[in-house]
Amino acid sequence: MIQIKSLSHTITDTPILQDINLELPQGQITALIGPNGAGKSTLLNAIGRQIEVAHGTVTLDGSDITQIAPRDLARQMAVVAQHLAVGSRIRVADLVGFGRWPHSQGRTTPTDQTIIEQAIEEFDLIALRHRFLDELSGGQRQRAFIAMAYAQDTCWLLLDEPLNNLDLKHARTLMAQLRRMVEHAGKSVVIVLHDLNYTLSWADHVVAMCDGKVVFTGPAAQVATAQSLTDLYETPIQISTVEGQVFARYHR
Amino acid sequence: MPSAGFWAKTRTGVGWAYCATLVGLFGLAGTSLFVGVQDLSLRTAFTDPEAFQLLLVSRLPRTLAALLTGASMAVSGVIMQLLVRNRFVEPGTTGTNESAMLGLLAVTLLAPSLPIFAKMLVAALAALVGTFGFMRLARHLPPQQPLLLPLVGLIYAGVLYALATFLAYQTDLIQYIGIWLAGEFSGVIAGRYELLWLAGAVSLVAYIAADQFTLVGLGRGLSLSLGLRYGQVVALGVATVSMVAALVIVTVGTLPFVGLVVPNVVARMMGDNLRQSLPVVAGLGAGLVLACDLLGRVLRAPYEIPAGTIFGVLGAVLFLSLLLGRRPNG
Amino acid sequence: MADRRVFFLTFAVLTAAAVFLLWGNAWQSSYVLKLRAVKLGGLICVGLSVGIATVLFQTLSNNRVLTPSIMGFDALFLLMKTVVVFVSVGLSLPPVSAAAGFLADTAVMIAATLVVFVLVLRRTRQDIQLLILVGVIIGLLFRTLAGFLQRLLDPSEFAMVQADMFAQFGGIDAQALLIASLLLTLLFVWLWRSHRVLDVMALGRDPARALGLPFDQLQLQLLAAIAVLVSVSTALVGPLAFLGLLVTALTHSLMQSHHHALLLPGAGLIACLVLIAGQTLFERVLHLESSLAVVIEFCGGLLFLILLAKGKIK
Repeated sequence: MIQIKSLSHTITDTPILQDINLELPQGQITALIGPNGAGKSTLLNAIGRQIEVAHGTVTLDGSDITQIAPRDLARQMAVVAQHLAVGSRIRVADLVGFGRWPHSQGRTTPTDQTIIEQAIEEFDLIALRHRFLDELSGGQRQRAFIAMAYAQDTCWLLLDEPLNNLDLKHARTLMAQLRRMVEHAGKSVVIVLHDLNYTLSWADHVVAMCDGKVVFTGPAAQVATAQSLTDLYETPIQISTVEGQVFARYHR
Repeated sequence: MPSAGFWAKTRTGVGWAYCATLVGLFGLAGTSLFVGVQDLSLRTAFTDPEAFQLLLVSRLPRTLAALLTGASMAVSGVIMQLLVRNRFVEPGTTGTNESAMLGLLAVTLLAPSLPIFAKMLVAALAALVGTFGFMRLARHLPPQQPLLLPLVGLIYAGVLYALATFLAYQTDLIQYIGIWLAGEFSGVIAGRYELLWLAGAVSLVAYIAADQFTLVGLGRGLSLSLGLRYGQVVALGVATVSMVAALVIVTVGTLPFVGLVVPNVVARMMGDNLRQSLPVVAGLGAGLVLACDLLGRVLRAPYEIPAGTIFGVLGAVLFLSLLLGRRPNG
Repeated sequence: MADRRVFFLTFAVLTAAAVFLLWGNAWQSSYVLKLRAVKLGGLICVGLSVGIATVLFQTLSNNRVLTPSIMGFDALFLLMKTVVVFVSVGLSLPPVSAAAGFLADTAVMIAATLVVFVLVLRRTRQDIQLLILVGVIIGLLFRTLAGFLQRLLDPSEFAMVQADMFAQFGGIDAQALLIASLLLTLLFVWLWRSHRVLDVMALGRDPARALGLPFDQLQLQLLAAIAVLVSVSTALVGPLAFLGLLVTALTHSLMQSHHHALLLPGAGLIACLVLIAGQTLFERVLHLESSLAVVIEFCGGLLFLILLAKGKIK
């Protein structure tokens, strides 16, 4: 379980996160939602120790993440960032292979090799495996990075808006894959999502943020109501159920 | 090379690249041993003791010096490029060489009697400070304009160079600056180049940490997410680059473009996975520098043209053709 | 369009010029006065050329970090100079007067600039960043080539080139100065008449073309103008890499405007002020005459980097 206690962060005197207290449940998909500039990415980066926060602590199974050795943390938690600008010319297979780095430090074992192959297959990268990253489209590159995080084989997987560049097929497939990882492999996923319908269809747990504060949090089915979402986004949102599926309507 | 098995299986070109590099290097080195003002052939080298002495004292050290310089400068070029995540820099455009020069100038002025090794260490320390200065500056630049960084680097290097020139001018040491910049091997004899072995050793350390540097090149966030001690690897990289710069400047003088051209050519062919490409980077750097030195010996014999001058011309032409020949949006 | 700040700058330059001319009771000796007047004329010509050339170049390249010198303009000049010495020694041509030599230098410089940049522009038309990097590399190439040729020269022939290799403010030729000032006057009149066109060009190639400007043709004209300005300043005193950066950074922070009606005179005057005040300080107070160029280079570059680090540029 990840526990966040009185977490605050500022960037050049602008408060980004203000006194966040949260518990992220294990073995579930937790969606971070909220309007632009709410602090979702910053919170995700703080949990993944991508940034050093000014105030507060994040604990993973009871131990402060700043006290865990970087390599040990990387075996428990993988992060896929939002902006994946890459200057280096790396082949897809090599990138995915680096997912095993926290485990084997470059001395790839046959087990590592199996996991790498599995990740390449899982994310539809077989045809692209020898291509350089700078020769891929945004969505393909995104899949390569997610495959790398998958190969990292951690209990926790943190994803910052992974659906951004993906087409319909790959977006839906990714959510199904995350679901499977949660249900069959006992993983826990924290994901920043913009599309409310994806949130309602796939997330177990919701953390709604606005202006650097948590507005509401809880099981998705209970807290993501028409009223609460309308207030969160300051936009009229209706929730309806069609053939057992929950839908949000906000387009017009 | 623990992971060689895995990497080699995914590619076939790597083996060929290694072979071609090795064959080319041996050919060049063999030629280099027997080209020069004094005649020396394979037969006389082993029958005539004087000729053998020439081989041992002058030709062999000169050949080794060119190889070691080329290899270590190319390696430090690729490390610099990964550290700042920009293809268009090398230690010559990030103020590393110039700050090493400043350090050397200062130690020549303040403690001229220090042994060369101590002077080199001071130069390396100065290079370290100068390079970190550049990296701080680099953080203020917008990442979406990749070509801004080399420009700012040039200006930064120019400022340090102006400072060095001013100091040298006021203290009548201006000819030293010329020597440090010239990059030539004509003065290399046994006993005068051995520090370069250290540069080779430093590059070897870089090879051991090849994976780490590749990861740093993928960005800070990704490195942290994979449990890399990012700061430590960056520090190791800057230390490597500074050490090489100081060693090369102290012994033979610096050469332009080696650290820029070689990594770009290799990255184009085989990508940036250093575990695979670093041997080729080192080999190509060594081979090109030795070839330039050879050309310099032959072009206007019995006079010599510095290898640095020839590399300046060849390197610029090569780099320009790389830049202008690239695909649009590529 | 005149502005109070331009008047103020003009006044400051005039004051500095007077101090420079008359320092230490110089009016008592017409010989000293004449010597100083020539030097002052040189400083003003160089200041105006460097300041205005840099503004033009930054307009053309849409980049506040560039100077013609970073792009290899003065390296080209040095290379040409070396080639001329090389060839004239080889063909044992008779020496020409300073004025004729100056005119010939400028003409060859314009031709060389246009040839090189037309070739480069054709390959990099869409990509200004690429153009810049190519320019930088070409500059380095020219420098190395010039060094290579200089290696092949005798020491006595080398001395003819060496005088041009470092910026020096002594020994300016009066005749060359006269021609330079005539050239500059013509050029300034032309530039002043087109300052509004320059404002539009500063938007970049695509927007300027969308507004109906023949950008490519204007670009060539501007490059030629820059070539003239760089030849003038390099021929008179030698290469100055970062003076332009310092001057344009100061000009932008003083003028806070993108109008060339303010930028052009501002940059020219500020460059003059820096040079005259610097020369007065170094020659009369510190007695360090020969190092002024190096110090200007150092301070210019340093100030530029500080501005950059503080986020004042871009």
